[in-house]
Parts: sequence; C-alpha cells; structure tokens
Amino acid sequence: MKIKSNIAVSDNGFVFNPASGESFMVNPVGLGMLNMMRKGQSQEQIVAAIQEDYRAEAMTIERDLLDFVEMMRQYRLLQYDDE
Amino acid sequence: MTMTSKKTYERPVIKKLENNMPNKFGTRTIFEPISHLEGQAVNDLIAKYGSPLFVISERKIRKNFRKARQAFETRYPRVQFAWSYKTNYLDAVCNIYHQEGSWAEVVSGFEYDKAIRNGVQGNKIIFNGPDKSETDLRKAITNHSLIHIDHLDELYMLQDIARNLNIRPKVAIRVNMDTGVYPTWDRFGFNYENGQAWDALNKILFSGMMDLVGLHTHIGTFMLSPSAYAVAASKLAHLAQSVLTKYNHEIKYIDMGGGFASQNTLKGSYLPGSDISPSFDDFAEAITTALMNSDYRPKNPPLLILETGRALIDDAAWLVSTVLANKRLSDGRRSTILNAGVNILFTAFWYDHKITPAQPFTSYTEDTAIYGPLCMNIDVLRESVTMPLLNKDDHMVIHHVGAYNMTQWMQFITLRPKVVLIDEQNKVHVIRNNESIDNIRSLEHVPDHLLNFE
Ligand SMILES: Cc1ncc(COP(=O)(O)O)c(C=O)c1O
Repeated sequence: MKIKSNIAVSDNGFVFNPASGESFMVNPVGLGMLNMMRKGQSQEQIVAAIQEDYRAEAMTIERDLLDFVEMMRQYRLLQYDDE
Repeated sequence: MTMTSKKTYERPVIKKLENNMPNKFGTRTIFEPISHLEGQAVNDLIAKYGSPLFVISERKIRKNFRKARQAFETRYPRVQFAWSYKTNYLDAVCNIYHQEGSWAEVVSGFEYDKAIRNGVQGNKIIFNGPDKSETDLRKAITNHSLIHIDHLDELYMLQDIARNLNIRPKVAIRVNMDTGVYPTWDRFGFNYENGQAWDALNKILFSGMMDLVGLHTHIGTFMLSPSAYAVAASKLAHLAQSVLTKYNHEIKYIDMGGGFASQNTLKGSYLPGSDISPSFDDFAEAITTALMNSDYRPKNPPLLILETGRALIDDAAWLVSTVLANKRLSDGRRSTILNAGVNILFTAFWYDHKITPAQPFTSYTEDTAIYGPLCMNIDVLRESVTMPLLNKDDHMVIHHVGAYNMTQWMQFITLRPKVVLIDEQNKVHVIRNNESIDNIRSLEHVPDHLLNFE
C-alpha cells in the first residue's frame, strides 16, 4: 500500500493528483493515515498511532484502514510494483 | 488513563472533488441528527424497548387529523372522516382516530371485527372491498353498517340475505371512473363511463329491498392531483342527481375515499414529497367546490365522507434501527446494513424514505446504499443517498413510516419488533409487543411421524 510519489497532500486534507488532474478531500483520520502511508509505515504502525490519538479499538481502525486503502486504490492513488 | 484526552474517532474517508474546487467537503448533508423523538432520546428508547422499534406520536396523529378536518369543515357544512383500518389497524392508533370523531372504514371480516371490538357502533362502520363473506354481510346488515357494494355478485348475495333476515341493508355502491389520472383504478366497483354504475343503482332501487344511502369512490392512492378529486366529486354528484330525478330519492352521503398524497418522496421523484404533495386545503378546496358547483340539488346537502389514510399518519411514526455493518461495494460505493429491512418497511418499495442518524456527525459524507438485514437482493432501503460516516452500532431514524408498514409487515426470517406510542405528555406506551418464537410456533403442528430423527 504505497502511495504514488507525485501525489500532493496539504495540511488541511486537500489531495491533488497531478497526473490525472483530480483532487480529493480527506478527513483528519484519513489525513493521518495517508501521511503515515507516505512515510512508508506499516499497517500495524498506522493502527497503533491512530489508537494513540483517538478513542477507538484497534480492530475498528484496522478495518477502516483497509477500506480507506481500497478507496485510494479505486481512485488510482496507489503505487503498484508493476507501475 | 488518558482515554478522556483522546479525540473522537471518525472513520477515514477520501472524497473526490468533482469540480476540482476544494469548496468544503463536497455537498453538506442537508439534515441534522434526530436524537430525540417527542422528547424521548432514541438511545433510551432502543435501550429499553429494543431495536428495531416503531415509534408513533399521538400528538402528531391528533394534529394532522385536526388540520385535515378543519380544511374540510371550513368549506363544507357536513363532514365525516372514517379511519382506513388497513393503513394502520393497531387498536391504540384506531382509537385515537375514534376519539377524534372518526368512523371506521374496513375492507375485510378481520378488520370489521377489529372495529367492533374497539367499540365502534355498527352504523359507524363503512364496509368496503371485494371480499365480504356471507357471514360478514349478515353481521354487517344486523349491525346496520354501511355496506359499499363492489360487484354484482355481492349485490345479489346481499339481496338474498336481506330477504332471509328481513332487514333492509344500508348500502352504497363503489364507483370507478376516469378522472384524468392514469392508470384508472377500474378493478373495484362499478364503472361510471360505461353505465355499470347507473345500472347497479337501478337494480338496487328497483328491488326495493335495500336502502341506498350513499355513493362511494376511491380514485387511487398517493394522488398528487386535487383536480382529479374535483372530477370524481362532480361525477358522483351527477349520479346522485340522476337518482333524485328518477326515483325522488336523496342519498345521504358522498364518500370520496382516500388517496391524498403524504409528505413522503416517491421513488424516482426528483423533488421531495414535502415540496410537491398538495395540502389538505388544496384537496378540500377541489372537492367541496366541485360538490357545491355540481347540478345536484337535494333538500339536504349530503354528508361528505373521507377515508383518508396515509396523509393522516405517515409522518406520525418513525422506525428506529441500528447499523449492523458497513461494506464497500465492488463499484466503490459505500453500503450500510441496518437491522430493519423491507420485512418491516414495506413502503421502501414505493418511497425514498428519509433516513437520519440519531447521533451527531460531521460534515464528511459519502454516497451510500442502505440495505436491510434480509438475505435477499430486494432488501434495499435506499439505493443511493448522501450519508455522513456511519459506524457499527450507530442508531438511525427512518421517517414517515406510519402508513401501511404496521399492517403489511411480514414475518420473514425474524420476528416483528415492538411498537411504542408516545402520548401527548411524552409518556411511552408499548402498544404492540414484539413477537416471540413461541407465538409463531404455537400455530404450527408437527405430525407424530415427523417428531424424531437421528
Ligand atoms: C377504499 C379505500 N379507502 C381508503 C383508503 C386509504 O387510502 P390512502 O391511505 O391512500 O388515503 C384505501 C387504500 O387503498 C382504500 O382502498
């Protein structure tokens, strides 16, 4: 789950893909996850970090993270090994 | 513990900005959370009575009724409502209407018996519908109920029974007609345009065995056009005048049936029902003007009867339910599964019901499909609706569910939930208990040879 390297992310959650010209908004939890993904952190690290900051169970966060990643894949924001 | 210093979690979401302008997070949801119903917290209601749960407001029922009655009574001297039992026949609900002065409108022996058991006087029960058994008719004749004849076979059966009992049944005929709204409901009653209705009236008056007291029509349901009622009222008035001219017989009432649209939004409708549904005043104006302008000139103006159902009760009830799970569909859309489906929300087949969370939410939204819990593809509450981010165990309020759901619900794979009524002092009463497996099994019988297996 690596994010394409040319994707721009602003501090307030505005996401821009220069390759497609598409832009997106993420909410604060999503922004936190996205930034950790950009730093190459693992799923476990991300879940643990979110749990530090928010009132939520690890299981919930993990499930939501996988869904979030799936949405990013749908929006073609993820880097694949064959790309 | 540092729990309290942690922030409130909201699931992560990414939303595409269609116009490339970061103008807030897409469209804001247009609604607020509904955390309380008639002064009662949804969370408390669910904790005490379970989820899903039907919640009915006595205050709203009475308010709607008074508004409808006023719309007609300010325009016409003699008005009578008859509560359409099939719309919602929970006894407590029927009795609110009866306390407000409504008669009962029933369409089966079962509904007839319910009205009698509720204490409605026989002569204040209107008996409609194509399915009246001989036993039903005997009872109705003996009780002096108002029998609305649907077809010729019923007319002949009534004559036979009347002869045997030596009582004159009080009858009306149901008339169907072209009102300019299509498809016309021509399955029920006698047709106006092709002369069937006039023939039936002649048969009744010629036989001399029945009292023709009224004329009835019910032109359709969820009617958005007051002018259709004006057409129907003129046609009934014309029939009444023909009867007066030929037989010197004055009918006592004209019954315009039900069918006024409620504030719900029909599936596929672009505009919400609250914007396009005519008001009681609109319908009342159309009907009473048509009656007064008609060529009917009786000595006593006929009583105007209305059998309004859905428009009186739809917005007086809610279905509260709980989020079971969230899923991502293969096209990327979000789907949310509630514990209430089309088994108890039959009207989801007709309406795009408004659904709102019962707890606060933020302005992030997603296009969401909302499903019920049945293992069936047709169990869809909303195909696509902008929803805030929902979490498992969140509570949801489904609006405008008062009509037809608590009568057409089905016991499919699970048991039907409780129904509570919140009275005018905001006190909660259980008016129908949840079903138990024993209720269901008590009707079954397993033959001896099927009792045992390895
Ligand atoms: C004879 C008759 N009267 C009244 C009603 C109530 O109709 P609505 O709920 O559309 O007002 C119905 C419903 O189908 C009906 O068949």
